[in-house]
Amino acid sequence: MTKIKSLFMALILSLGVSSAFADGHGSTLDVVKERGFLKCGSNTGLAGFGLPNDAGVWEGIDVDVCRAVAAAVFGDASKVEYVPTTSKVRFTVLQSGEVDMLSRNTTWTLQRDVELGLEFVGVNYYDGQGFMVPASLGVSSATELDGASVCIQVGTTTEMNLADFFSANGMSYEAVPVETNSEADAAYTAGRCDVYTTDASGLYASRAGYPDPSAHVVLPEIVSKEPLGPSVRHGDSAWADIVRWSLNAMIIGEEKGITSANVDEMKNSNDPEVLRLLGVNQVGDTGAGYGQWLNLSDDWAYNILQQVGNYSESFERHIGPNTPINIQRGLNALYKDGGILYAPPFR
Amino acid sequence: MTSNPLRKLIFDEKIRSVWIQALVIGLFAFLVYTVSQTTAYNLEKRGIGTGFEFLHMSAGYDISFSLIDFTSKDTHLKAYFVGVLNTLLVSISGIFLATILGFLVGVIRLSSNWLFRNIAYVYVEFTRNVPVLLQIILWYSILIHLPKVKQAVQFLEFFYLTNRGLYSPSPIFLQGFGFVLWSFIFALVFTFFLKRYLKKKQETTGKQYPIFYINSAIIIFTPILMFYIMGMPIEFSHPVIKGFNFQGGMVLRPEFMGMLLGLSIYTAAFISETVRSGIMAVSKGQREASQALGLKNNFIMRLIIIPQALRVIIPPLTSQYLNLTKKLIIRNSNRLFRFSSWLWWYFFKSNW
Amino acid sequence: MSSAVINNPLLRSKTGIWLKKNLFSSWLNTFITLVSIYFIWQVGSFFLSWAIFDADFLVNFRGEVILDRTYCSKNIEPGLHGACWAIIDARFYQFMYGFYPAEEVWRVNLTFLLLPLALIGIFFDKLPYRKFFIYFTFIFPFIAYYLLYGGPTLSQVGTNKWGGLLVTLFLGVTGIGLAFPLSILLALGRRSQMPIISSMCVIFIEFIRGVPLITLLFTANVMLPLFLPDGISPDNLLRALVAVTLFQSAYMAEAIRGGLQAIPRGQVEAARSMGLTYWQSTRKIILPQALRISIPPIVNTSIGLFKDTSLVLIIGLFDLLGIGRAALADMSWIKLYYEVYVFVSLVFFIFCFAMSRYSLYLEKKLKTDNSQ
Repeated sequence: MTKIKSLFMALILSLGVSSAFADGHGSTLDVVKERGFLKCGSNTGLAGFGLPNDAGVWEGIDVDVCRAVAAAVFGDASKVEYVPTTSKVRFTVLQSGEVDMLSRNTTWTLQRDVELGLEFVGVNYYDGQGFMVPASLGVSSATELDGASVCIQVGTTTEMNLADFFSANGMSYEAVPVETNSEADAAYTAGRCDVYTTDASGLYASRAGYPDPSAHVVLPEIVSKEPLGPSVRHGDSAWADIVRWSLNAMIIGEEKGITSANVDEMKNSNDPEVLRLLGVNQVGDTGAGYGQWLNLSDDWAYNILQQVGNYSESFERHIGPNTPINIQRGLNALYKDGGILYAPPFR
Repeated sequence: MTSNPLRKLIFDEKIRSVWIQALVIGLFAFLVYTVSQTTAYNLEKRGIGTGFEFLHMSAGYDISFSLIDFTSKDTHLKAYFVGVLNTLLVSISGIFLATILGFLVGVIRLSSNWLFRNIAYVYVEFTRNVPVLLQIILWYSILIHLPKVKQAVQFLEFFYLTNRGLYSPSPIFLQGFGFVLWSFIFALVFTFFLKRYLKKKQETTGKQYPIFYINSAIIIFTPILMFYIMGMPIEFSHPVIKGFNFQGGMVLRPEFMGMLLGLSIYTAAFISETVRSGIMAVSKGQREASQALGLKNNFIMRLIIIPQALRVIIPPLTSQYLNLTKKLIIRNSNRLFRFSSWLWWYFFKSNW
Repeated sequence: MSSAVINNPLLRSKTGIWLKKNLFSSWLNTFITLVSIYFIWQVGSFFLSWAIFDADFLVNFRGEVILDRTYCSKNIEPGLHGACWAIIDARFYQFMYGFYPAEEVWRVNLTFLLLPLALIGIFFDKLPYRKFFIYFTFIFPFIAYYLLYGGPTLSQVGTNKWGGLLVTLFLGVTGIGLAFPLSILLALGRRSQMPIISSMCVIFIEFIRGVPLITLLFTANVMLPLFLPDGISPDNLLRALVAVTLFQSAYMAEAIRGGLQAIPRGQVEAARSMGLTYWQSTRKIILPQALRISIPPIVNTSIGLFKDTSLVLIIGLFDLLGIGRAALADMSWIKLYYEVYVFVSLVFFIFCFAMSRYSLYLEKKLKTDNSQ
């Protein structure tokens, strides 16, 4: 019956209504505001990036980007509905308008940005594919892995990078296909494979969960660039700007030392950029703050920093050295701290 | 009643069936048309390209388990073909295993030993009431906790059991092995005619020949004789530890075995039930009548019970085989079976 | 046989006779019995010590409350290997309800409580006041929808918050419920005299039966939004439901067709000669008889479907198994596979075993009814 009903729906609605629907869409911001909450495409479960905890609350640095956008739009970081997406459906889910944005460790590539009609608005984690081996194997470089068994998550770009790396170095390997992170951990720790390859962040996260983390080494070779970042649908630049600058606000927050704890004190700062960011200073003498350009309230960035915190806080909270995942800032440190994290000026 | 043409339209069955069917066809065609229109529009709007060009592009990934040579430079079409072959291989071996186990358990279920019978019962209830996906995952996690390569369990001298799979020697056929095969085929044909001849003779003279033993001897010894005549044209490649893994020989990987075990043990539970009910369906009178005729017990089973039971068993058995084959792709992203990944490729080349 | 054996009171007691007949009737049988006992002892003691005797439930062997996996006995002492059931306790809410808001969870509980009331009317035909139970069965879907999803006076809870057993049961029960009327139509259509109708039904049934459920799930997940006009996108759960319903209806239609074929031709002819129309005779004479026969196979396909709902985790729904996987991905509980998988298996087993017992009961009842 359902089939017939849905087909009937298709029939009736396609008679002219469809065009109205297509054009009748307001801007994403209007749709989101009207709905009252943000729909954010998240991972189905990746520790530190996006995962529901025991209480069912979503946590992670990817999740924090969604929360930041919600804080900017509604002034309330909790107004987010997470739509868990597998790596296979993530783009369709965004394209079809089921979610307003995607924030789930997705690599920014040319094809995805251009051919697929997505728009990547920034990078919230610079990653790269690495290899992890048990220390007892005595391997110090990935070029010594000829003939090894390699655990690999299927259906991801890592699979192709792996094939390229091994054939470029004239080595052979046995690919051991696994479906999820936890399955890969199971196979790797049981010794089903000698090597586990995935994004370096994932390797560190997995290693932290092992009974004896020091018995495993991540090899120095990083065989790919994996800039992970949030994305939105192509064609609504205003919405893309909001997501982009929500992320930037977190990064600038760190640069200027604004944290969720001191954000109120910082309103008395002498730094004009801080004052612009927190909505204290106005644009020239128009009487309005910088929120107007984004169609947001002037305290949008203040809300982000107060409720979500700056980039560093988010990082330390979910994946930093004090968490079980224990990732160093590395590339993801600010440009002035030796990393490549760099947000455009807020003016 | 029939005089009114309007009433006839509704109440005359022949006329009614014509317009109802016409209506259904019209509606269906209209639906197909509108849905395809919407789909085309949606695809274009979302920038989703369709087409089969990707089949001729290189796949970019490796498949570790393949019956034919495959590298990451080969096309998607070939990858798909590898998937089909692998699926066939697992489904045929799964059917084989499940049938043997299923018949065994089905017979045990009818055993006169209470304990034995009930162990089989518990097995059947536990396996068929738990999703097979879970069972495959469980088997796989047991298999990967077998000893590591360096501590491989050696048995029957040439076989090694490790968490990387079951390694065995693989035969290498040298020149002259063809003759052995031919002699085997020849023996088969010869015994076929011999059997017919002896049967005929039995019918005319009444003398019984041990046909089964004669023929078995011919089929077994002819190729062996040929094998020695040709100077034993076969060699074995033995698996030896080299670097990270065993090299040489043949290997059954845990991914393959987990799938096979999970599926065949699951399917065997269903098969055992059909076997049991099939045997029970043969009426008791049949057995008693054959006993009264003085037939020996194994003859009763072979000539009376099983042929009749098989007639009941075979139809549901084939549908169990189909189920097994369809269940194969639930672990779809295991690169062994690329059907649904293939579907994904078709729509979302992007993901790879 | 010596008189000592014959006079042995144990062997002459009822148990003794039973034991001899069922376990020790011959040397071979005795041997098999001993092997079986050894086997049961090995497997049973291994499993029980893992699952119960050596296992941690809420506290570990030191008496500390288990807060995450590092507190599990087996992760403290290398020699210990008992299960650590605390993960199930920590995620029990999610296993049952998914991410359903805690303050609204009474709605799910109420639905769970009403579900058996809605079902017993169908399951047991000798029930007193059965009519009222059947009425309730028909109202139940609306009540359940109102309770679970929300509506006037109840706040709305989107299906993305549903999970665990709730999703598994929802897909199973709703899928089977929706498939039932559809499958009757398909079965009747397949046996119809009209060639086009019947061939369309045949194509539909055989096509669906020819593809695995996972393919249908994928197709529904990806294609359904593409088939529908822009802006209408049924949510994930609904898409899975469409796939599950279509799948189940094809299998059920075949079961019902089997029932229809078992009705003697004379029944139809007698009904038609009484002047009943096609629909009258079908509804009043044919279907009641055919359905009665086809209930056992229907229940069997339903068990199959219920188990297959575990596949929806592949399209990103958090059913029981999906919740289990999420729990395993959590750093605080990582690597407790066996606990999670065994627990999920057990839940599935309870439901499927109950259904298969019911189908057995029905088969027996049908047999005795027919022989009367």
